[in-house]
Amino acid sequence: MHAETMSTDRKAAALAAFKDLARDPGVPKPDPILVVDHVVRRFGGLTAVDVGHVEIQRGSITALIGPNGAGKTTFFNQLTGFDTADAGSWTFNGRSMNGVPAHKVARSGMVRTFQLTKALSRLTVLENMRLGAQKQKGENFWRALVPRVWRAQEDEITERAEELLARFKLDAKRDDFAGSLSGGQRKLLEMARALMVNPELVMLDEPMAGVNPALTQSLLGHVKDLREQGMTVLFVEHDMDMVRDISDWVIVMAQGAVIAEGPPSTIMSDQRVIDAYLGAHHDAPLSEGELEAQLQEAEAALEAEIEEETQK
Amino acid sequence: MDWITIFSTTIKSAVGVETVLYGIAAIGLNVHFGYTGLLNFGQAAFMGVAGYGLAVTVVVLGMPFWAGIIFGLIAAVILAFLLGIPTLQLRADYLAIVTIAAAEIVRLVFRSVQFKDVFGGSDGHRGFTEGFYALNPYPTGNYGFNLGPIPLFFNHRTMWVITVGWVLIALACLIVHLLMKSPWGRVLKAIREDEDAVRSLGKSVFSYKMQALVLGGVIGSLGGFIYGLGYASVQPDVFGTETTFYMYTMVILGGAARVLGPVIGSMLFWVLLVLIYGVLSEAVRVGYITFMDTNQVGALRWILVGAGLILLLVYRPQGIFGDKREIAIDAR
Repeated sequence: MHAETMSTDRKAAALAAFKDLARDPGVPKPDPILVVDHVVRRFGGLTAVDVGHVEIQRGSITALIGPNGAGKTTFFNQLTGFDTADAGSWTFNGRSMNGVPAHKVARSGMVRTFQLTKALSRLTVLENMRLGAQKQKGENFWRALVPRVWRAQEDEITERAEELLARFKLDAKRDDFAGSLSGGQRKLLEMARALMVNPELVMLDEPMAGVNPALTQSLLGHVKDLREQGMTVLFVEHDMDMVRDISDWVIVMAQGAVIAEGPPSTIMSDQRVIDAYLGAHHDAPLSEGELEAQLQEAEAALEAEIEEETQK
Repeated sequence: MDWITIFSTTIKSAVGVETVLYGIAAIGLNVHFGYTGLLNFGQAAFMGVAGYGLAVTVVVLGMPFWAGIIFGLIAAVILAFLLGIPTLQLRADYLAIVTIAAAEIVRLVFRSVQFKDVFGGSDGHRGFTEGFYALNPYPTGNYGFNLGPIPLFFNHRTMWVITVGWVLIALACLIVHLLMKSPWGRVLKAIREDEDAVRSLGKSVFSYKMQALVLGGVIGSLGGFIYGLGYASVQPDVFGTETTFYMYTMVILGGAARVLGPVIGSMLFWVLLVLIYGVLSEAVRVGYITFMDTNQVGALRWILVGAGLILLLVYRPQGIFGDKREIAIDAR
């Protein structure tokens, strides 16, 4: 009961923060955790990402959507230090993050998952989880040689890992190799492992890709759960049902740029978004003559079909 | 057929100098390849710089034995950094190319005419082992026992080398065992599986790969010392690429990423090689085999060992100690 009220509180708080915001790209948020300015990434002549200004509201679930090739994953890679931006700057919790290597980004509390899940196949599920813990004494070469030094911390980490595994219903698999899990279970494991880092901002790259429908609901629940625990979530997704279901705010990218922002209920009816997904003139014929030709073609096809039917 | 001699040499080869030096260097390679996934094709170079570090210090600089060991170890560490700094940021296959090239550079510098004064050219160096054998606690004589009719004896010099060698193997195995059970080893194994995932969890992949390269290189360098001391000489061509490939064979034979894998692999490798050679050359000598002479036996044994390895990899790809489940995952 208590959890229920808290859950609605967090959601309400997130929604309230977005209530009176404009629908323009780059609109300022009341309490941004991540602020991005003029991030550009070019691959040769192709500008994959050119984002002017974007803010991510703390404590909310923000969806990043856009057609294929819009630059969402590239943008993710820039922010998390997995790729170097050609220009631009961004701050996380007020700290400048450009040029910071990926592992330091993760340490500062900004943890990502990957579109193609990266389960560490020949490590057990539990070892995968333990790896996520930070500031481990036993990860230093010399201290690793003396188990006495790190044993107690390892036990704590194991306990936390087991709690998380239980929450993600992977506890039965704890001693199996991660490589033996199904695609959906790997997604769960990757998310649980990211939580071992104790992140403030969780960045999920297509958390639903390749997950069977039975697991989708459970994954959705876990994503919502992150917000309830006070984390901020930014995720890339193609599945619009999921976006509508869990996100508080949606940012739309197309051709590398942010073209619109808005609440999930109305974003898909935004003209800029429709144009981006379907093309600005997707339903208009190109010329008068072509329209005529299209009509005749359709009629001819129809007649041929009718004739075929009657001959039978 | 002189079966007594065949069995005697075969059984002795299971613990002999070659097994020891290859085994210990293979333990280092196992840290690189088995645990961390670093495709180091230049392990022979680590042995080489250590062996030469010792030889040059003692022979050319005239310094004592211990100084030679220290210089050899330092040389191995420097080599690890030289190899690692430019390549560990790159993809795995680049490390393979660079290490194989670097190992050849090291060998060619050792045998070059230009540096003959320092490295002794293609003849290498000898006469640097006195300091080592001065420490020998075994009085002159032969040591061993008769296993039924089969005599198993080593002389006092060989005994001293293999005693030190097996102690070093035990130490190296203990260290690897402790490390790989620790969170440090977990990071290495995770890097082998997927570097980006490890980065995304806040670990500095470069730093860990460098640590692994240095550790494996230093363990490998111990094999180079054992070579130099066991044969009382170092020659450049001993540290060629095929030495590295033998070590890969041993690691895979024993089971990659298993503490004792390389040691058992090395024992098996030499036992097979010596046994096949012994049986074939005896058979030729006695006249059972008439289509070739004793000189050709040496080549044929490699062919047979190669065929045996192919069979092993087909029927037991995980090696002696490996876990079949891991191979199954790999195939996905």
